[in-house]
Amino acid sequence: MRHEHLITSKQLSRADIETVLDHAAAIDADPEIVAGRHAGTLLGLLFFEPSTRTKMSFETAMKRLGGDVVDMGSVDSSSVKKGETLADTVRVIDGYTDALVLRHPKQGAATMASEFVDVPLLNAGDGAGHHPTQTLLDLYTIRENAGLDDLTIGIMGDLKYGRTVHSLAYALTNFDAHQHFISPQSLRLPREVVYDLHQAGDGAGVREHETLEEILPSLDVLYVTRIQRERFPDENEYQQIAGEYQIDLETLSVAGDELTVMHPLPRVDEIASEIDDTEYAAYFEQAHNGVPVRMALLDLLLESNGGDTGE
Amino acid sequence: MSNDHELRVSKIRHGTVIDHVRAGQALNVLAILGIDGGDGEEVSVGINVPSDRLARKDIVKVEDRELSQDEVDVLSLIAPDASINIVREYEVVEKHRVERPDAVEGVLSCPNPGCITTGGEPVTSQFEVLEDGVRCAYCGTITREEIASLIDT
Repeated sequence: MRHEHLITSKQLSRADIETVLDHAAAIDADPEIVAGRHAGTLLGLLFFEPSTRTKMSFETAMKRLGGDVVDMGSVDSSSVKKGETLADTVRVIDGYTDALVLRHPKQGAATMASEFVDVPLLNAGDGAGHHPTQTLLDLYTIRENAGLDDLTIGIMGDLKYGRTVHSLAYALTNFDAHQHFISPQSLRLPREVVYDLHQAGDGAGVREHETLEEILPSLDVLYVTRIQRERFPDENEYQQIAGEYQIDLETLSVAGDELTVMHPLPRVDEIASEIDDTEYAAYFEQAHNGVPVRMALLDLLLESNGGDTGE
Repeated sequence: MSNDHELRVSKIRHGTVIDHVRAGQALNVLAILGIDGGDGEEVSVGINVPSDRLARKDIVKVEDRELSQDEVDVLSLIAPDASINIVREYEVVEKHRVERPDAVEGVLSCPNPGCITTGGEPVTSQFEVLEDGVRCAYCGTITREEIASLIDT
């Protein structure tokens, strides 16, 4: 795998994905194989939006590889508060570090930032755009639980603004996956994502639905995202549809026994806590997978970009 | 009939005639070319004139200016049927149709308020030209209708 930057999952071939997932599985089985491998390497964390899992898992991954992180901290305590552009910020931190992780509220921020830096830049979420490293850990979790080929997956919730959804949908076009998208009309997939899925020749494998009921029995994986109340101009409109997109044990009574329920987290009320201790629930496992997957990704990227592996 | 047209839009001595512009797009053509009359350019515009090919068309004649290929390429986004006539001494010396480019840079603004190109960053807008629209190279937003409204004036 050789990419200067990881901006979108569209960059990733099936071989790229399998390389990362295989390496993550090896690390998961024996973290010692990469322990200390990137001693002296510094990863810059530039988070212009709040983040818990993504930020902490990158930090953990880098430290478990023997490296360290420098963190811009919150936007309020940075030069951004003084009006500095993103382009200037990344140019400066580029000179301090060996790789950068960027989360930003604007779509396309990672693409633009990558034009101003020499070190590898990893997109950790750009507005409603992409979140490719989340996708890698999602794929890892899917592979562990259901396998990636001959997969029938339902992706439900806010498909319009959900960057994890867009990234996952693109990546799944590399596999023999049937994708069912379940959302209210107002939160359907953006037309550019649908366009891309058809361009990828996956039009036949993509279906859109307004209710989960009709498709749930056939699913191997149900990937749930939060329907964001703030997206609705009218609270009544939200209340009318919200219940349709919340799942509990009763909802899952018609699901197959092997169904895997995933969620990129944080969740609010879209998955009832009574599901947490069932065989269906894979969302905490999914979050934990962030560390080995990001270790694998960083290891491969730093190595392919000439990093010192200590060997 | 053709004399009537000539009365509506007079002949030019040197310059460019952009013919077969889709009706109603003439002013957007001028916007793309950055022509607002402020630099003293002599421009004739016909809007909604009869056309055999398009039923109704616009026509733009710009005195003392020959369009570059880049300008012609960009015109194709809003005037895909246009023909470009280069005129010297009242004679058409070159005539060609516009061709759609693969991409345009610095001409259109992204309509997505959440796009990084709208955020005061030192970045030039870039759009991929699709068969039936344009796509922002940064945020991926596709615009199919009203491309003229994206013109960065």
